[in-house]
Amino acid sequence: MNKDIINKLKENELLGRGGAAFPTGLKWEMVKSAKAKKKYIICNASEGEPNVFKDGFILENYPAEVVSGVKIALENIDCSSAYIYLRKDYYEKFKETLEKLIGNLSITLFKKTGGYLAGEETSVFETIEGKRPEPRIKPPFPSQAGLFGCPTLINNLETFYQVSKIAKNQYKKTRFYSISGEVRNEGVYQLPEDQSIGQTLRETDNWPNFDFYVQSGGGASGEILLANELDQPVRGQGAIVVFDRKKTNPFSLMKKWINFFLEGNCDKCTPCREGVYRISEMLEKDKIDKKLLKDLFFVLEETSFCALGKGVVVPFHSLISKVLGEKI
Amino acid sequence: MKKKINLIINNKKIDCFKGQTILEVARENEIDIPALCYHSDLKIKANCRMCLVEIKGKKGLFTACSTKIEPSMEVITDSPKIKKARKINLELIFAQHCEECNDCIWDFNCQLLKLAEKYKIKTGRFLDRKTGYPVYQFGPSLIFDSSKCIDCRNCVDVCQQQGVNFLEIKEKGHLFQVIPSQDENKDCIYCGQCIVHCPVGAFEALGEFEDVEKPLQDKDKIVVFQFAPSIRTSIGEEFDLPYGSIMTEQLVAGIKKLGVNKVFDTCVGADFTTTEEANELIEKMEKGTTPCFSSCCPSWVKFLEFNYPEFIPHLATTRSPQVILGGLIKTYWAKKENIDPEKIIVVSVMPCVAKKYEIRKKELAVNGMRPVDYVLTTRELAYLFKKHKIDLAKISPQKLDDSLGIPSGAGVIYGASGGVVESALRTAYEKITQKKLSKIEFKQVRGMKGIKKAVIEINGKSVKIAVVNGIGNAKKVLEELKENPKLYDAVEVMACFGGCIGGGGQPVPTDGKIRQKRADGLYQIDVQKEIRLAHHNPIVKKVYHDFLTSEEIIHSICHTKYSPKKREVEIS
Repeated sequence: MNKDIINKLKENELLGRGGAAFPTGLKWEMVKSAKAKKKYIICNASEGEPNVFKDGFILENYPAEVVSGVKIALENIDCSSAYIYLRKDYYEKFKETLEKLIGNLSITLFKKTGGYLAGEETSVFETIEGKRPEPRIKPPFPSQAGLFGCPTLINNLETFYQVSKIAKNQYKKTRFYSISGEVRNEGVYQLPEDQSIGQTLRETDNWPNFDFYVQSGGGASGEILLANELDQPVRGQGAIVVFDRKKTNPFSLMKKWINFFLEGNCDKCTPCREGVYRISEMLEKDKIDKKLLKDLFFVLEETSFCALGKGVVVPFHSLISKVLGEKI
Repeated sequence: MKKKINLIINNKKIDCFKGQTILEVARENEIDIPALCYHSDLKIKANCRMCLVEIKGKKGLFTACSTKIEPSMEVITDSPKIKKARKINLELIFAQHCEECNDCIWDFNCQLLKLAEKYKIKTGRFLDRKTGYPVYQFGPSLIFDSSKCIDCRNCVDVCQQQGVNFLEIKEKGHLFQVIPSQDENKDCIYCGQCIVHCPVGAFEALGEFEDVEKPLQDKDKIVVFQFAPSIRTSIGEEFDLPYGSIMTEQLVAGIKKLGVNKVFDTCVGADFTTTEEANELIEKMEKGTTPCFSSCCPSWVKFLEFNYPEFIPHLATTRSPQVILGGLIKTYWAKKENIDPEKIIVVSVMPCVAKKYEIRKKELAVNGMRPVDYVLTTRELAYLFKKHKIDLAKISPQKLDDSLGIPSGAGVIYGASGGVVESALRTAYEKITQKKLSKIEFKQVRGMKGIKKAVIEINGKSVKIAVVNGIGNAKKVLEELKENPKLYDAVEVMACFGGCIGGGGQPVPTDGKIRQKRADGLYQIDVQKEIRLAHHNPIVKKVYHDFLTSEEIIHSICHTKYSPKKREVEIS
């Protein structure tokens, strides 16, 4: 059944659900064709961004599918063993269930240490190897030299769930949406992956009856979209956060974001360590220094070591230009 | 053979080799790319984000330090975008660093200042982030001013490469910073490699700027200087002379100009160390208690006492050259010159900050006196010269005082990795065979490789040798010896890369090419020496004949003892 799983992943055009939306079939193929005596598979359930809670939901409701997805990878990739890399509370909560499902499969549960960045794929390798969670220089890419220097397949937990569905021919091109904020029906919903945010809010009876805007993707790195921009599908990790324009203080919101980045980044590179610090310093004054902010955005986007630093800019830029109406 | 490829940098065609990075190729071709966290001794980190370049046909900016070259790649190292990015990142870095430019080991060679001028940054754009950050003192040897740290982490990496792991990265209030370990199982060995690998002078010797005049201030005393082998080929750098320039007689002249009465050469002390250490090696070989470990590097001694006390019996008990010479100055020489030894102040100029620790060891006392009263590093002596407007590049050379002899070539090569073992072999060969050594040089043990192994035939017996530089490599050799205790007969260990020529008290910058040139200078001196074997040195013969006549005296001047150590550095 699983012999042509890679072809099936390609046919179904499955994209990674961790945020970067890399074609899953291609990733699997690269690891499968890499020449090595040992390979690793990592199921990443480090889910650490605010307002993103779909991996927890999947673990709660569909743990068997997740383990089955990892098992398919184990069968498909020679000489491999796997880790399920779990956020600390997920580890405590789902350890027993997962262990039962795993049985004697070569899958190890790993309890994540460290902050948000410890979920970035190369930082995951460093963490499992017992080092400080910091991103690695690429290349080499994980499919060439990942965990312990071996070719490594690392996918988000939801991706493995979808793999098991594809293997059983039950894949319906859905994704899991974490919907939160000023909504009536907070929760995780499984809906078509290309459905617009507007439709998703309506279908879940969450379309607000007040002046609002949303954050699409994740509750820190996601882009701010106005009500008239919701005819596009959700990005990143599939989170939709609704804000009541009247009730939301944009500065408090930005402070919440910047504190998250300040806590969650690894402080390795200058633009992210210092840039984030200086943005937080500026926000403390409840004033926007446009020239400064533009400069910091520039180095964050252009010179950050990893995607986290590059991604800091999006929420701030979109909020300031769309909600505060400042040209930046 | 490395594969040659073509590359274009700033419209200029350049030949280079596959596997090189853009930064390496640019530096080889004198194309300037700023880089703060890059050091050729260390693995690439790409933290500082200053070495940004553009590549034609590719989107965005790339760090030259971490980007490998590809055939027909077109690199641009200067554009408005590159300038802008470097400038902002530099402003951010600058705001981390509380400057103290007058008291900085980088003196006027500071990369940060040069870049600040070049990129016309607004130095006051941000408030200093690290005002009030702590200054840590590591024993009697060095200090770390964390308010100057720019988080490049070179120090942490070099400390890890040294196998010491004393410097760590810890989170304090959402910001990670470099701090010394609190772990009782880790201790600084004072190698000072953090000092010479820090791009911004956050580390320096203890009292590097404040205390340099101290040894000269006591007017009732007779101040005697000695200077280590490796100093003579490194101090010239502080006066803009080419790397490896031989400055022995300029050093003598400069020190005398400071008002110092007598200037001796620590290499003479090294000739005594060699003689004693060769005896120990021969004895251990005869008794079958080898390996015999060299003992003149105090960082290595501390490393062993702290981490591998079970190996202490293998450590030669011979004192280091500065300590033996200091002891002889306060006994043999004082008597000869009819001077009250209590009135003598011995100042050693060393390439090393661990030597500041060594002289404080109580077990080294000679007649209740410390053999050496002060240690100044190469950098500190240069600073003292500059303060007194003494320019070594222009000074007329002066000969050494020969009332304690002049050194053999063997004493001079002590400053380079392999030098101690080579000197001991020259002497041991003659002592064992009772024959004249015809081929004086043991080139197998020379060079910058971290672990060098050689087997030397003496009298039909194979002497197995390991020469280690960079204390991290010592771990490997010790682990080998745990497995196979008879793997080596003689082991030389120098904590610093390349030996003392790469010491923590040496001028900055220091890297592999610079260390090689300093070493080349020392070997050049050796070749020109008439006497190249320590025990042939007339002063050695004379002192053994006239003064070091009993086991007891020899022991009190030339030998010491060791004990397992607990952590010494206290961090409040």
